Order: sequence, then C-alpha cells, then structure tokens
Amino acid sequence: MASKKFNNVYIKDNFSIVGPLEKDGLLKNYDLAMDDYYYGEKTFEQAEIKMQQVVMDNLLRTNKLLENKIDLLIGGDLVNQTSVSSYNASKYRIPYLGTYSACATYVEELIIASAFISGKLAKNVIAITSGHNLNAERQFRYPVEYGALKKHTTTFTTTAAVATLLTNEPTSIKIESATIGKSIDMGINDTNNMGAIMAPAAADVLNTHLLEMKRNVNYYDIIVTGDLGKVGKEIFTDLLDKVYNIKIKKYLDAGCEIYTNAQETYAGASGPAALPLVLYERVLACKRYKKILIIATGSLQSVQLANQKLGIPGIAHAISLEVE
Amino acid sequence: MNKDEYKKLVKKHEPQENKLNNAIIAFLVGGTVGFIVEGIIVILMNVLNLTRIDATVWTSLIVIFTASLFTALGFFDNWMSKAKAGLLLPTTGFAHSVSSSALDYKKEGLIMGLGSNFFKLAGSVILYGILASFILVIVKVIISG
Repeated sequence: MASKKFNNVYIKDNFSIVGPLEKDGLLKNYDLAMDDYYYGEKTFEQAEIKMQQVVMDNLLRTNKLLENKIDLLIGGDLVNQTSVSSYNASKYRIPYLGTYSACATYVEELIIASAFISGKLAKNVIAITSGHNLNAERQFRYPVEYGALKKHTTTFTTTAAVATLLTNEPTSIKIESATIGKSIDMGINDTNNMGAIMAPAAADVLNTHLLEMKRNVNYYDIIVTGDLGKVGKEIFTDLLDKVYNIKIKKYLDAGCEIYTNAQETYAGASGPAALPLVLYERVLACKRYKKILIIATGSLQSVQLANQKLGIPGIAHAISLEVE
Repeated sequence: MNKDEYKKLVKKHEPQENKLNNAIIAFLVGGTVGFIVEGIIVILMNVLNLTRIDATVWTSLIVIFTASLFTALGFFDNWMSKAKAGLLLPTTGFAHSVSSSALDYKKEGLIMGLGSNFFKLAGSVILYGILASFILVIVKVIISG
C-alpha cells in the first residue's frame, strides 16, 4: 500500500516570506516580503539561506519554542545537494534530515514528519522549504542577466520560504493520511515543459490514493496540485479523464494561483515553495474547505542527465488534511 | 497509455508560439541594430578619416563595449527577451553572453568562478565559428584555386 493513515498528527503553525514579484501577485496573506532578490546578502544563495533562517526564527519565536523542544528539522530546496537547507540547519542545534523531491519536497517533508509523529518517535517537527527564482535559473538554466528566450510551457520558480510546525497536540488542522507517489518517466525530455513531465505522476498518485482509501474524487472539498502550471494542469485533467475516468471539478493548481497574467511568468509558478504558499495563504486562509487533498509534483531532472536526452522522471506525493 | 500516445497528448496541449510575429520582431530589431552600426562606420570614416577596415574594427569595439555595459547596468536581459532573436546577432549577443556569465560567477572567485565560466555560453560559438570558417576556407580554395 502506498497510502498511510496517521494518528495524532497536526499542523500547529506556519510562517512564510515571499519575494518581490510574489508580493505584487495574487496572494496577500504572507507573513513577510522581500524588497529585492539579495535580501541584504552578497549572493542569491546566501539570500535564500537567510530567508530560511528568518522563517525558522519567526516560527520558533511566535510559538515560544526553544530549539531543544524540536525533535526534528526536515529541510529541502533546489540548490545543489540541498545546500541551502543544510547551511540553514547548521545554525540550529536540532537533529536534521535533508530531503529532495524537487518541487514535491514540501509534501515529502510532511510525510516524513507525520510518520515520525504518528509513530510516537517525535513530538514537534519543523518542515522547511524554500525556492529562489534566480538560484533556480543559475542551477538549471542560464546566467541570470542573460535573459534567454523561453517557451510558453516554461514555469517560473517562486521566490519564497515556508516553515511549518507539526505536532502531536490537537489543533484545527489534522494530517489524516498520505499517499507516496511513484517516480514515473513517460519519455518527456523537455525541461521547459515540466508540467508534462509531472502530470502522469500526479494523475497516478491521485488514482492510487482514491482506490486505496476507497474514496470518490468528490469526497474532497478541494484538491490542490503543486506547480503543474497552466499547460500541465490541462494535461493532468485530460489524463485523469481519459486514462483513469476521473472527472475532477473542485480543483486548483498552485502554479496558476501566485502570479497575475500581467506578470509574464509564461505557464505560471513552480518551485518547492509554490504549493505551501498557496495552501496556507489561500486555501486554508479562506476557511471554506474541510477536507483538502494536496498533491505536490516534482520534475526530478539534473542538468547532466537532461542533456544526455533521457526521459525525465516526475514524482507526486499526496497528503490529506482535515480542517475543523 | 504508452509513451508515444502520451507525447501526442502533450503536443495537443502545447500552446503555439507565434513564429511569424517573432520573426518580424527579430528582423526589425536586428535590422535596426545593423542600420545603426553601419551609420557609426560611415561617421567614423568621414569624421576621423579612417579606412573602411579600421572603421569596422573600431565600430565592433564600440558595439561590444555598449552591449556589455548595458548587461552590467541590468536592462539588456529584458531587451533580449523582448527582441526575440533580434539582439542575438553575433556581436551584441556574444558580448552579452560573456558579460552575463562573468556577472553570474564573479562571487565564486576570479579563477574557479569568473575565469572558468566566462565562455560558458560563448564557448560553442567560438569553437564552431572557428571550425566553420576553417571548412569554408578549404571550400573556397577548392573552388577558386
């Protein structure tokens, strides 16, 4: 079984910071915003480390928690060897696990945290993730100042950092169950069309979740996928209909909910922080939904293997939330 | 669904690029740059009494300097993406690719950063440019003796 039910796992609090473009976008409930991409640091990588540190410090402070009360810190990002999260973790005396599922990292972190808490191996766990548009450009694409031409299927990495506190004490948001996705390669090699790489994994994990949990797609008040973007969203709904015979209606994609049309971000937002931003600052903030399924999607490429023309595997993990 | 069927489905959802529109923009921008550059050559020839060869060399230097300066001032990347392929023409595009790489890696040190990544984008242009000119010279020798 890919699906797991959890006992006594709750989301207690969340803290977020967004970049300059996101500040002017569709989301307005963020906690902090940066005025520029350097955030007072010398390089973009160092700026991203500072973003993680700021959300982490604020989360600890607003919940009046000392470092020794946190049993586990789980971090992940897009920079080489998840170095931003590891450098940030070195500033705290908290046991640390680094994770990577590209833009599905956040839900992978929640699943690991939930397993620890549900198995009574931890009481308080912090999951932290971040993305920085210009670091992702440097990492996967062209030099920042080059301004290379892009296809309409390209997504735009969201600049933001999000830290979430999970605990075994009851709160209004319960993590009910999760389905761990499979890494799926459908032969797509186009790194400028990550929506097409990730859509099959997202459709598969949704189908697996519904089958294993014996639920109908309408069981959920809303289903939120992470960063498929405008093109990937269409492929996803088409795939669900054609292959799995699932007609999805109450549905949002995080990639389409961050930037306005005027912001010229091609097919929309992507990045590990895109889904948690939309989840907390839009879906949970409006307090309309009781049963929520989030499906984070990631394109698991490396520059080297993509250049070697292999198909790129996509990944998607699902987690079910119940709000009181 | 197999991989080929999936590729067809992806193709169906891919938004169409307006190639004609892109080509017209690139043609107009590239043509304008060429027109300005030719103007500079003519001015240099008439004002400084340079030969056409000397004026061309000086004009290349001016264009390279201007493109690199615009890159450093931070707005050339926006022009690049707006002008489609119009500013990718040899001199401006080459200068911009080198200076944008240099800017990107300068924080990692002069040797391991800036030096080793300087020609990250332009390396292919240099290599295949030299190779192409080499082959063309051989062709020319064979044809015209």
